[in-house]
Amino acid sequence: MNVQTDKVKSFINKYNCKQSALIAILQEIQAEYNYLPKNALIYVSQQLHIPLIDIIGVATFYSAFSLEPKGEHTVKVCMGTACHVRGGPKILEEFERRLEIESGHTTDDKQFSLDTVACLECCAIGPVVVVDENYHAQTSIRNVDTILKKYRKKEKKNEEHQ
Amino acid sequence: MKNTNKSKSLDQIKKIIKEQKQARKEDDKITLTVSSGTCGQARGSMEVIDSLKETIEQKQLEDKVRVKVTGCHGFCEAEPNIIFQPDNIFYQHVKPKHSKDIIEKTALNKEILDQLLYTDPSTNEKAKKDEDISFYTKQERLVLGDNVLIDPTDINDYFSIGGYNSLLKTLETLNPEQVINTVKSSGIRGRGGAGFPTGIKWEFTRKAKSDEKYIICNADEGDPGAYMDRSLMEGNPHRVLEGMIIGAYAIGANQGFIYIRDEYPLALKNITLAIQQAKEFGLLGQNILDTGFGLEINIVKGAGAFVCGEETALIASVEGKVGEPKQRPPFPAVKGLWKKPTNINNVETWGNIPLIIEKGADWYSQIGTKDSKGTKIFSLVGKINNTGLVEVPMGITLREIIFDIGGGIPEGKKFKAVQTGGPSGGCLPAEKLDLPIDYESLTEAGSIMGSGGMIVMDENTCMVDVAKYFLNFLRDESCGKCLSCREGTQRMWEIVNKITEGNGKKGDIELLEELAYAVKDASMCGLGQTAANPVLSTLRYFRDEYEAHVVDKKCPAGVCKDLIRYIIIEDKCTGCMACIKPCPEDAITGELKKVHTLDENKCIRCGACYEACKFDAIKIE
Repeated sequence: MNVQTDKVKSFINKYNCKQSALIAILQEIQAEYNYLPKNALIYVSQQLHIPLIDIIGVATFYSAFSLEPKGEHTVKVCMGTACHVRGGPKILEEFERRLEIESGHTTDDKQFSLDTVACLECCAIGPVVVVDENYHAQTSIRNVDTILKKYRKKEKKNEEHQ
Repeated sequence: MKNTNKSKSLDQIKKIIKEQKQARKEDDKITLTVSSGTCGQARGSMEVIDSLKETIEQKQLEDKVRVKVTGCHGFCEAEPNIIFQPDNIFYQHVKPKHSKDIIEKTALNKEILDQLLYTDPSTNEKAKKDEDISFYTKQERLVLGDNVLIDPTDINDYFSIGGYNSLLKTLETLNPEQVINTVKSSGIRGRGGAGFPTGIKWEFTRKAKSDEKYIICNADEGDPGAYMDRSLMEGNPHRVLEGMIIGAYAIGANQGFIYIRDEYPLALKNITLAIQQAKEFGLLGQNILDTGFGLEINIVKGAGAFVCGEETALIASVEGKVGEPKQRPPFPAVKGLWKKPTNINNVETWGNIPLIIEKGADWYSQIGTKDSKGTKIFSLVGKINNTGLVEVPMGITLREIIFDIGGGIPEGKKFKAVQTGGPSGGCLPAEKLDLPIDYESLTEAGSIMGSGGMIVMDENTCMVDVAKYFLNFLRDESCGKCLSCREGTQRMWEIVNKITEGNGKKGDIELLEELAYAVKDASMCGLGQTAANPVLSTLRYFRDEYEAHVVDKKCPAGVCKDLIRYIIIEDKCTGCMACIKPCPEDAITGELKKVHTLDENKCIRCGACYEACKFDAIKIE
C-alpha cells in the first residue's frame, strides 16, 4: 500500500498532534485505507512521540482496527445473542464454506473479507449479515449463496462498464 | 416549524419553546411518522419515505400531509411502520407500493387499510391504533415515547414538545445542590449496569475539590442484545444532551464527552447534529443562555472493546490508551479523566434527568418498587413474537413482559429461559417468570439488570451452548490484565466446549463450578467479577442439561452438533428433492417422489436440509 504522508499528516493535524487523540487518528487511517498500513503507524509514532509498540498495543486491543489489508467487500456476520439463538453460527459456517476461508480472513482473490461482529443491535431482524454497508435481514443458510452472488455480480457489471 | 432566530438568552429560548408548542398545537397537517432507526432502515424505511414523499409531491398535497422521519418506534417486529398523527393509526410492514393508498385513502379520507394493520396472534383481532396493540398497552413510555413525535434532526421539533424546559427550570430556579437533592430523592439508579444511585454519584463528583471536572455519557453500548441507548441517541438526541447539561450544572463540570460506539453511524450523526444545533441556540458553549455557566461537549468514538463499558477502562480509552480497567478506589468521582473528578452515566440515565426535573422527585419516586424507581427500557429479543424495545415501570413481572407485551413464544414453542444483563447476566427459568423485576430481585435470582437486554429462549435453545456462547464472548473481550479473568474465562470455555463436543467427563461440571467462583472472587473489574454469571446461572437452573451432555452424550435441545444427527422420516418425506441441492456435502440422495436417504457419514450437520424441508420430514435426534 502506497501511504501518502500528507494524508496521514492531515489526520494528525486535525487533532492538533495530541497524544490523547491516538485512537481517533487510527480510526481516520483505518477509514482511509481499510486497514492500518505499517508506514502510517511508524509515521504516527514519530509525530506523536508514542513508541511504536504502544501504538501496536492500541491497534491490536480494539476490534475496529486491522493490520492486514481487507478485501473489496467485507462480510460481517452478527454474533449477538439474539442472532445466536436464531442460528447465526450456522450462517457463519455457511459463509466459511462458500468462501473457503475462516472468519477473520480474506479470500485469495481479495474479493471478500469475512468477519464476525459482537452485536449489530438490530436483534429483531436476526440473523443479520452486513455486507459493506448493506444490511441483510433474517438470513438463512439457503440465501448465503444468493447474497454472495449479488456482490460477485456487481463486480462483473463494473468491469463491463469499464 | 422553521425558526431562524437563533437566540442566546433565557427569555428568548422560553419564547421560542412557547411558539413552537403553539405551532404544534395549531398544526392541522396530517403527519405520517415513519420509524427509521437503524433497523427500520435495514428493513427498507428509506424507500417507503421516498415513495410517500413522491406521492405527496405528485398529488400536490404538501399543505395537507407531511412525512416525518423519526427514530425507532420500539416495535421492531413491525418495521417499517407508520404512526399517523393526530389519529395514532398504526400501519406495519409498509412497502413503497402502499404509498398511494396510504396517502389517498387513509391520510385524506380516513379509510383504514386492513392489510397493513397489526393482527394480535392470540386473538386474531386487528388493532387500529398503537394503543390498541398489546405490545404498547402495558408499557409506560416516559423516556422513549417522544421518539414517535419528533424529527431527531430538528431542535425546533424538540422545543415543540417542551424540550429544554427542564434545563430552563434548572437554570432559573434551582441551585446545583437542589438539583442533586432532586435527583437523589427521585431514587433513580444508573441504567448502565450496576445500578448505583445517580444522585449520590453526582454529589461525590460535586464535592471533590478540583479546578476542572468532567462528565461523560457512556454510549458504548456493548451488551449483545441491548440497543435502547442507540435508539434514544438516534431518535431523541436532545433529550440526552439536556440531561447532560443539567448534570454538568449540578456537578460543576465545564467539559463533557460522549463516548459512542463505533458501529452506530446514525446515532453518531444525530448526536453530532444535536450538539451543533444546541450550540447555535446558546444551549451549549462558554456562557449558556447568559447565565455564566458553560459546557462544551465533545464526541469520542469507541473502537470496539466490550470492557470499555467499565468506567475506568472507558476513561483510559478517552485518553487514547488501551482500555484496561484500574483498581478502585480512587473512584472516577475523585480521580478520573486526566486525573480530574469525572462523573460517568449511561445514555438512558441522562435521558431520565429532564423528566425528573420536569415532574419532580415525588412524582418520579411513585413509579417502580421500594428500591428501584422509575421505568426501565428493555430490549426484548430472541425467540419472542413481538421483538422490540419496551419501557416498563420497575416491578413488572417477567411474565407480563414476555407474554403480555412480547406476545409469547413463536410457533407455539415452549418458553425455556430468559437471559438478562448481557454477558454479565444470567439465564432465568420458567419458575422465575413471576419475579417482579428490579435490581435486587434479579441479582438474587443469579442474574443482573445490566443495561436491559432480555433474550428469550425456547425449547430449541441449548443452555450449555448459551453458556459457551457467553464464555466465548468473554474470553475474547477480557482485557487480560487479571489472570483470573484472562485464564479463567478461557479455561471455563474449554471445559464447556469439551462438554458440548460430547467429551465431557465426570467431575467436569464440578470443576467448572469451582473455577467460576474463583473468577468471580479474584477479578478486579465488573467484567471479570460477573463473567461467571452465565455459567453459574445455567448450572443453577439447568444442571440436568449439562448432565445430559456429560453422562448421556445427548443435547436435549438438538443444538450441539457432535451430539445430534439428522434423520429423514420416511412417512413424511414426499420426495420433493428440495433438500438435495442445499446439502453442501451431497449427503442426501434420492429420486423425485421417492423417499430420500441421508448418509450420516457424509453429513456435517449444517442444518441446510432441515431448513429446506417444507414437510417436517427431517428431524433432529
